[in-house]
Amino acid sequence: MGFSKIWIYGEAKDGVVATTTLELLAKARALADTVEVVVHGDASPLAPDLGVHGASSVLSVGDLGEGLPGPRVASAIAAAVSTGSGPDVVLCGTTYDGRDVAGRLSAKLDAPVITNVVDLVVDGDRLLGVEPVFGGNTDVTTGFTGDGTAIFLVRPKSFAVEETGGAPATVGAIEAGDLGNTAGAVVKNRFVEESFGPKLDEASIVVSGGRGIGDADRYEMIETLAALLKGAPGASRAVVDSGWVPYSYQVGQTGKVVKPTVYLACGISGATQHLVGMKGSQNIIAINKDEEAPIFGVADLGIVGDVHKVLPKLIEALQAR
Amino acid sequence: MWGVVPPGLSLSTIRPPYSCIDRWGNVPKIRSGLACSSLSAGTLSPMIVVVCVKQIPDPADPGALDPETRTLKRDVKLILDESDSYGVEMGLQLVDAAGEGEVRLVSMVPNSEVSGLRTALAMGAENAVLVSDEALAGSDALATAKVLAAAIRRCEPDLILTGTESSDGYTGTVPVQVAELMDLPSVTFAKEIAVADGVATVRRQTEDGYDEIECSLPAVVSVTAGVVEPRYPSFKGIMAAKNKPVDEVDLAGLGIDPSTVGWAGAGQEITDIAEAPAREAGDVIVDEGDAHERIMEFLDDLKVL
Repeated sequence: MGFSKIWIYGEAKDGVVATTTLELLAKARALADTVEVVVHGDASPLAPDLGVHGASSVLSVGDLGEGLPGPRVASAIAAAVSTGSGPDVVLCGTTYDGRDVAGRLSAKLDAPVITNVVDLVVDGDRLLGVEPVFGGNTDVTTGFTGDGTAIFLVRPKSFAVEETGGAPATVGAIEAGDLGNTAGAVVKNRFVEESFGPKLDEASIVVSGGRGIGDADRYEMIETLAALLKGAPGASRAVVDSGWVPYSYQVGQTGKVVKPTVYLACGISGATQHLVGMKGSQNIIAINKDEEAPIFGVADLGIVGDVHKVLPKLIEALQAR
Repeated sequence: MWGVVPPGLSLSTIRPPYSCIDRWGNVPKIRSGLACSSLSAGTLSPMIVVVCVKQIPDPADPGALDPETRTLKRDVKLILDESDSYGVEMGLQLVDAAGEGEVRLVSMVPNSEVSGLRTALAMGAENAVLVSDEALAGSDALATAKVLAAAIRRCEPDLILTGTESSDGYTGTVPVQVAELMDLPSVTFAKEIAVADGVATVRRQTEDGYDEIECSLPAVVSVTAGVVEPRYPSFKGIMAAKNKPVDEVDLAGLGIDPSTVGWAGAGQEITDIAEAPAREAGDVIVDEGDAHERIMEFLDDLKVL
């Protein structure tokens, strides 16, 4: 039976479709005839943009109220599957809510999830997911053994967004079942943390700091440099785990995947965890004291030196421009 | 930078409006023989936090794939996954704040390994349930969640804490799968948790800040790494950990059919392993005091300044 119908868990904010969703659409429409997007809330404002990017329909699971997306979206997709009107393949982005949807759906359908996918390949009548391991030096391809719904969690920035010029997606609805206790989590308040400049995963220049920065106070140097380059500051997991900066700064396997024009790695050794998140950058500059640091293996320009000596001079040079 | 208690929230001993028995539909005798049998029935319960922990090969060692099973080699010394230590710390702080209760560990392995559990016990967890069964080898995330859910169910927790994802498999789906299998709410990517009057208030990381979420209990909450400072086990803690109860239970003991987990139950298979295209390394220079000039030239050539 193969996969003729793909559903994408669609994310949007303030009526604007998330880039991750558009990326998934670009790939999905090359794989299947019918590509539909499942969203919550009012689907109408999203229909034109989704249609232009290749979706034939957008299906809303209804308003979440204060609830989180995971339980309702998963319940609605599972209900569709049980009545035979569901998809062959479900694609979710590896995002905060995408993981919730995929995990809950997996348990509901008793179907595994293939995670950390960066590419989808066709193998006869099934779809396989490609996952990079060991810092991206090895690609593992995985497929499902059963004929149940195939659920994939796909990393952001795996595919390029592409318009098809299609008509607005048809707006429809799918119903969730009784959510039981799973609806017990409700959002009371939303807080936006102050941030300046471009977003980490959208910036054309990213300046990241690692443990080599020394201590939390000195991270400011990274932010200054990022601001001067009109880029975004990032960090390695070591720095985030030490509590110097919030999790949202993290670049790597467990954080954000970035593919900027220039990635400047300061005091980052290049653990596999980190390399996965930035190896796709067009140009990489690395500054590290240890000439053996693995980061130099991927850098276009490697500086063996002390970040505390190099960066202040670099900041001065940029300020002089 | 962040603590466990959001400002403005008061902490008090949790007083669930239900007894710990009928809440889970279990009767005490089912629990006997497990670490979770220390609760006395019928009284208001102290706060029980289950923390799911994974014992993994040291991430600092270079990992390798087993040529036969094509999965990560695990026949090496296992340690406590560092990303789970934040959940352990968070649990200990919540129990401290509640005034009464305990942190119970739930973990699974194919081979009775306990060294990682001892680390978490030395930090202050009271006891552990270790599901150990040869048939668990090769379990995927969903099978793992089924086993953990069965073990957790018998612990009758008020709160279940996990990491956001393991440092070896990093699927990041197990916490939510556990919640769904147990018909519980979940909050993932928590940076702060407070518990009062049977409700957890959780600050959940978002793309541009955080959401403050109220969640009925019991619930599954996954804890973002780095949000608390995991305590170092004291010498006293390390000594005490040697005698803390680790109750080993096999799949039969949990009523799980071995053919539904491990290699036998895996719903996915690896079809190919290939070397990824390597990125070419460029120039590496030693800073002689003028490296910043090289960087400026590099940026100028790219026309990004």
